[in-house]
Amino acid sequence: MPVLHIINKSPYERNSLDTCLRLARDGAAILLIEDGIYAARKNATDAEKMNSALEKHKIFALEPDLQARGIDAKDTIDGISLVDYDGFVELATEYDKLQSWL
Amino acid sequence: MASKKFLYINRKPPHGTIYAQESLEVVLIGAAFEQDVSLAFVDDGVYQLLRDQDTSAIGSKNFAPTFGALGDYDVSKIYVERESLELRGLTKDDLMPLTYEDEDDDWAEKDSIRVVGSEELAEILEQQDVLLNF
Repeated sequence: MPVLHIINKSPYERNSLDTCLRLARDGAAILLIEDGIYAARKNATDAEKMNSALEKHKIFALEPDLQARGIDAKDTIDGISLVDYDGFVELATEYDKLQSWL
Repeated sequence: MASKKFLYINRKPPHGTIYAQESLEVVLIGAAFEQDVSLAFVDDGVYQLLRDQDTSAIGSKNFAPTFGALGDYDVSKIYVERESLELRGLTKDDLMPLTYEDEDDDWAEKDSIRVVGSEELAEILEQQDVLLNF
């Protein structure tokens, strides 16, 4: 399996998501955690970018981090899968490399 | 011990935080353990390689000359992302020259820095065993 990219910074504060999307090859997956989950919001100005990213990548978001930040599952972009901590661990074992963007 | 492919990804400018300096320390440790070490400079990380850095007036260590020693540690693969350079109005000529001596080519002095597009860098990233971020 290819690379699992992990994003933990808000796309409005840092460019890590943009750089990740530039350097992730087709088939790589992206997991949004901590402040990275703001990129999963349906009404965000970046939603278009995420929709085109979904054509090349599986995208996941960590549900406890959404919940903590008051973002309801139904307000996340269609196609982004929500995972719990067990799902996070499963992803980490499924992919052979992790790239944790700072 | 089989050696692994380590890629150190540097995305921060040199003197505002400790990341760049710490990265260089870890790179030298990895190289001392005879691992297959490469470096990538992306986003503001490209500023780490600018020529003529002089920290004497800000009272912090100028570690930039240490990049010049990487060749002696057999670190000869230094990738700089073209898109990051272009966005900042920089070209390879703005970067310090870094070289190594190629033992397979009669110790000829060669350029360590390779400017690569994001697609090529994405491929390099996927070929690694370990990815370390600074």
